[in-house]
Amino acid sequence: MSTRTSVRPQVAVRELDYGSAINEAFTQLLEGDETVLLIGQGLYSPWYVGSSMVALEKKFGTARVVDTPVSENGVTGIAIGAAMAGMHPVVIHPRMDFMVLATDQILNQAAKAHYMFGGAINVPMVVRGIINRGGEQAAQHSQALQSYYMHIPGLKVVMPSTAYDAKGLLISSVYDGNPVIYIDDRWLYSQRDPVPEELYTVPIGKGAVRRKGKHVTIVATSYMNVEALAAAVSLAEEGIEAEVIDPRTLKPLDEDLICDSVARTGHLVIADAAWRSCGAAAEIAAMVAERAFGALKAPIARVTLAEAPAPSSSPLEKAYYPWAADVVEAVRRTVHYS
Amino acid sequence: MYVAMQRIRRFEEAIAESSSAREFKGPTHLYIGQEAVAAGVCTALEKGDYVFGGHRSHGHYLAKGGSMRGLAAEIFVRETGCSKGRGGSMHLTAPEIGLLGTSALVGGGMGPGVGTALASVLLGRDHVTAIFFGDGAIEEGIFSESLNFASLKKLPVIFICENNLYASHLPLGVRQPQPELFKHAEPYGLPGLRIDGNDAVEVYRTAASAVERARAGEGPTMLECMTYRWRGHVGPSYDLEYDIRTREELDSWIARDPIERLAGRMAETGVMTEAERARIDTQVQDDVDDSMSFARKSPFPEVKDLLKYVYKD
Ligand SMILES: Cc1ncc(C[n+]2csc(CCOP(=O)(O)OP(=O)(O)O)c2C)c(N)n1
Ligand SMILES: [Mg+2]
Repeated sequence: MSTRTSVRPQVAVRELDYGSAINEAFTQLLEGDETVLLIGQGLYSPWYVGSSMVALEKKFGTARVVDTPVSENGVTGIAIGAAMAGMHPVVIHPRMDFMVLATDQILNQAAKAHYMFGGAINVPMVVRGIINRGGEQAAQHSQALQSYYMHIPGLKVVMPSTAYDAKGLLISSVYDGNPVIYIDDRWLYSQRDPVPEELYTVPIGKGAVRRKGKHVTIVATSYMNVEALAAAVSLAEEGIEAEVIDPRTLKPLDEDLICDSVARTGHLVIADAAWRSCGAAAEIAAMVAERAFGALKAPIARVTLAEAPAPSSSPLEKAYYPWAADVVEAVRRTVHYS
Repeated sequence: MYVAMQRIRRFEEAIAESSSAREFKGPTHLYIGQEAVAAGVCTALEKGDYVFGGHRSHGHYLAKGGSMRGLAAEIFVRETGCSKGRGGSMHLTAPEIGLLGTSALVGGGMGPGVGTALASVLLGRDHVTAIFFGDGAIEEGIFSESLNFASLKKLPVIFICENNLYASHLPLGVRQPQPELFKHAEPYGLPGLRIDGNDAVEVYRTAASAVERARAGEGPTMLECMTYRWRGHVGPSYDLEYDIRTREELDSWIARDPIERLAGRMAETGVMTEAERARIDTQVQDDVDDSMSFARKSPFPEVKDLLKYVYKD
């Protein structure tokens, strides 16, 4: 018989799925702050944005929850102006692929204003880009373009992987004062987590250790945390203890958290479901090579997409996207490097 | 035109069924109800003329003369598909008949469409380019930019706006303040006409004179074809389960079925007898069945070829 009594929380912790956590953040922001404006495509759609926007226009009206014409660049520019004039807009692009049409306004206007005008003007806006991939949707409906925006000074880029962070980072992003690119992946929407009922923030620029381990550091972005954690479980069976780090924010990156971990493990694998060249994984690898070169006992390994546009055909899709098995494989290569 | 329309209708009905049966996963945007537009315009074109479309382009591909087997296999994402299973329903190509490729991004084909017309002029070729787009594409910047340039350079383009009154889940009235879309042509100095997009003969006649004008070097025309998609925005459903449109509205458009209208007219004028119609329909159905079984039997692309086609060798 066990001598330990199991510790149960006094109050049942309320769990929410990822999509509902975003919805709750929006609800509380709209309730508490008349400067918050949600604008973009698919906001009234029963199929576009999952559970994350459901019924918001019914509660808050169509003036502050605006489903727009098919005009990504214009609408994003309009949100920039509203932000300059004191509002806190969140622009919603139901797919990152469509957000590309707004990249002119994001890169050339939003990202530059504060610097170009010597700090006199700021653009407190969030641009939410949803990754919606798989399902044979092919090349123009599957993209994960985090690195595009990471490249641009003046933008911040966050990629929550848990329901808790989805809510907390959204609220931080809205009040950051800078243009923040908030990227969520539809593959995460069924993730469930204890999520506090009140408004709370998760700091931008701070990563989280998802699992402790001493043999290898796996830095995983967004949905790849799910695959990395699964990989860590199977690696444990072969005696490899992986530490899984979720940077949560890609720009600015929590460099210390990653470097401290690598200093202990000596091995680094980076998993990012986007392209390899100039990608988030490349940036993290370069940062570690610069800052923690001495700690590395083996080359850094990256687990990324194949260098191709997303194929439509299912068998090709399976080979195209990275999975836990690819992470396991990369970890073995690094750990057994000699 | 009757054959072209019936090929689209029967083909898409088969695709709707196999989509419901999950024989493939990719999103398919069905064209049923709008067949007169593709058939009328493409009948007015020559084989070498170009066509550009978008996410809802099975009809444009078939009407211009694309292989039905190639289309079915592409939707089933097989190696034998027109885009080798890399593109799926939204990314069709058939360069041999002037269909260089459809884009899933709203308005995405408009710039390239105008570009082919520019090339035709610069290379001294006699081709015309037909660009099909929806009422939603008017809201994208590239619409204005393309009209302006095409008109400025008097390029041989027919801009065909298929106004089916919806973009995804939103009706036109909540997206645009002014519902007469053909009027967008005027500020750019090209003729804009609104026509009944469910009347194949009217579409054909109007398109034919626009084509003539374009070939004569007199510049582009914009046609607004009033029509309606029977099925929902994407997939085989009718979008009646949501609060988007009503059964009555759908029924009123089904009553204006472009195929029955043309068939009725042909019967009245003695151009097509009952027996001829039955024979055509059987032939069309045979082609559809053949294309579907061809698709089902075709192999998927091989994983070793994942990186094939990223670059031209
Ligand atoms: C640039 C871009 N923005 C948004 C979308 C999402 N989307 C796909 S189809 C569609 C509606 C297009 O409506 P319309 O142009 O009228 O064509 P229809 O579907 O009615 O044929 C939208 C908004 C997209 N594919 N591309
Ligand atoms: Mg439409």
